Amino acid sequence: MAEDTAVEKDQPLADLEPMLPADGGRPDSASFASGGVIAFGDYARSYVAKVRSGDSGLLPVVIGLIVIAAAFQISNSHFLTALNLVNLLEQGSIFMLLALGVIFVLVIGEIDLSVGYVAGLGGIIAGKMLTGAHPWPTWMAIIVPIIACGAIGFLQGSLITRIGLPSFIVTLAGFLGWNGVMLIILGNGGTIPINNNVFDDFANANLSVTVGWVLIAALVVLYAAMLWQKDGRRRKSGLVAPPVGLTILKIVVVALAGIALALICNTNRSQIAIASIQGIPWVVFVVLAMLLLCTFILTRTRLGRYMYAIGGNTEAARRAGVNTALIRTLSFTLCSAMGGVAGIIYAGQLRGVSTNVDGGQLVLYAIAAAVIGGTSLFGGRGKAVHAVIGGLVVASIANGMGLLELSAASEYVVTGLVLLAAVTVDALTHRRASAT
Amino acid sequence: MDGIESEQVVAADAQASGGGGAGSRTPLLELRKMSKQFGPVQALSEIDLKVYPGEVTAVVGDNGAGKSVTLKTISGIHPPDGGEILWQGKPVHIRTPKDASALGIETVYQDLALCGNLDVVQNMFLGRERTRNHLLDENSMESAAAATLSSLSVTTLRSVRQSVASLSGGQRQAVAVAKAVMWNSKLVIMDEPTAALGVAQTAMVLELTRRLASRGLGVIFVSHNFNDVFEVADQIAVLYLGRLVASLPAKGLDRQVVVDYVTSGASSRNGSQLAHADGA
Ligand SMILES: Nc1ncnc2c1ncn2[C@@H]1O[C@H](COP(=O)(O)OP(=O)(O)OP(=O)(O)O)[C@@H](O)[C@H]1O
Ligand SMILES: [Mg+2]
Repeated sequence: MAEDTAVEKDQPLADLEPMLPADGGRPDSASFASGGVIAFGDYARSYVAKVRSGDSGLLPVVIGLIVIAAAFQISNSHFLTALNLVNLLEQGSIFMLLALGVIFVLVIGEIDLSVGYVAGLGGIIAGKMLTGAHPWPTWMAIIVPIIACGAIGFLQGSLITRIGLPSFIVTLAGFLGWNGVMLIILGNGGTIPINNNVFDDFANANLSVTVGWVLIAALVVLYAAMLWQKDGRRRKSGLVAPPVGLTILKIVVVALAGIALALICNTNRSQIAIASIQGIPWVVFVVLAMLLLCTFILTRTRLGRYMYAIGGNTEAARRAGVNTALIRTLSFTLCSAMGGVAGIIYAGQLRGVSTNVDGGQLVLYAIAAAVIGGTSLFGGRGKAVHAVIGGLVVASIANGMGLLELSAASEYVVTGLVLLAAVTVDALTHRRASAT
Repeated sequence: MDGIESEQVVAADAQASGGGGAGSRTPLLELRKMSKQFGPVQALSEIDLKVYPGEVTAVVGDNGAGKSVTLKTISGIHPPDGGEILWQGKPVHIRTPKDASALGIETVYQDLALCGNLDVVQNMFLGRERTRNHLLDENSMESAAAATLSSLSVTTLRSVRQSVASLSGGQRQAVAVAKAVMWNSKLVIMDEPTAALGVAQTAMVLELTRRLASRGLGVIFVSHNFNDVFEVADQIAVLYLGRLVASLPAKGLDRQVVVDYVTSGASSRNGSQLAHADGA
């Protein structure tokens, strides 16, 4: 406080002129205390401050993932084989896609318990469209389920925002109701088989080795170019900017992750000598595409900005002129639509939909993935990438415990404990953040 | 207090920029018989208030007198149940915060209305983000926010990309004030803007308030601190249990008169003040 006072006294109030910008602000911010490129040390310090205030970044969960992988590898040497890791990716893709959807509702401080069965319903709609005497074109069987699931989310979201019902109850009703609808459509113990090349490929096929490398290289180069341009522009305009070293470090990390993914997936993982199975599964790129889309919506558009604002302080968002009911409804819509995408992949993986779909487990794993990845249950904090990293953790646990031939029961217990741990960390950082 | 000297200087300023004779000026904002009810609670009953451009109108009153509710009806948070709002002489309906900001009314709320999880720039532009090709234009917003903050001598922020939750109370207040004055506003409403501030920041906000008025903006200033009120106000309006009981020119006003109105809704010391003020 004493320091503040001294500074203020020496500094006469600057002329008001630039603060009433008729033409928008001039970038004469050079006088602002913290403009310019920041040194690495300062960056590290502000990172620590960020972690303490609850925005923990990815480092803790990545470390956790490495610990989990090491533990399973020690107990079963099959865990880190190419075959198993690709399996794990394919299993995890469903959790990741669902978690991407769930993040939209977690960010606004709500919950969606129905998305697992909504996904199942999406798979059923696709199956119904592709079977029968007059199957629909494949692209229609992709678009229509996604839109239908989005409509379900819009309906549930409208009940929540227009009537003011709690999202927990409305989506719990959805959890029961859509499960019932599924059972009605499928009949007792019924199945809809899907024999469609595109569905099968999206869920089960691999890219050729060359195409895989080219696509990964293209994605890394695209990321590097965008980051380089973004950070470069900030450095040039005299805004607070990360040092060049950090930009390069980020690019290197992403490039290494890409190379590792391609190396693992392009290893021949066939267990018999005469056939070879190799290449990056298509579904990896489906997940990456959805990750990019969700990141784009959350960080680059007003819609995303308003979702965070609502999660942080709904009343403040309302006073700022944000149509909070609309934005919240759209969050539920996007969540369910993403459930539709997951349902299509799920149906493709199983080559059909049956009454065995466990929407309860799916949604709990998805929420666990999002929270483990770093998204807060209290709203306002979360990133799309949390869904992918958290999905990896959940899939690793499920997969590793399967390898150890532990029962499903103990898998549930462990996943439950991990979720509890993640939520506890979330609650503790939240309490610290709101106490300051 | 060295406030007296500077007050006179600025008051002269306001006269110069306000324009027009005292009798013929159109108020920037006029409330006529405005009422607001919350269930059984009659929060406001038939408020009449005039706010002139180039003047600071202070609104005082005890806790629960209806100050915040008055401001919220003007800024579209709680649209009034009855009565009329005139903006530059013409009747208007302010139903949403957007309506208010479209007219040029900006508010610094008592409960700040900032999103703790968003950073300073995101808060200052909330609801009015700049876009390029429909995408958020972060750099342009960051430059403008930084320029506004440094023009307000807010130099204690480490970074404009800091989340608001990590700021001190005074810093948050500064951000809220900067947010309100960044737009081409004609009327700036401040609900207890100095309540959480240290001595230096209070002086800064008061000086800022005077500067806004001297540029021809109307300012409504709510405070419990009579030192602050007498330092900045041209007009002092007193609310008592949801009624406007006095509207007095601040110059030469006896502080004790205001205290009487605030505490009891009436003053025996100078009965002619109210009538006199209404003519202004
Ligand atoms: N949203 C609301 N719902 C119901 N009653 C309300 C609401 N807002 C205010 N009131 C009531 O209106 C009356 C005036 O409240 P207001 O907040 O305007 O007081 P104030 O003059 O700003 O007091 P303070 O100095 O404590 O800020 C109080 O009786 C309060 O209980
Ligand atoms: Mg108040």
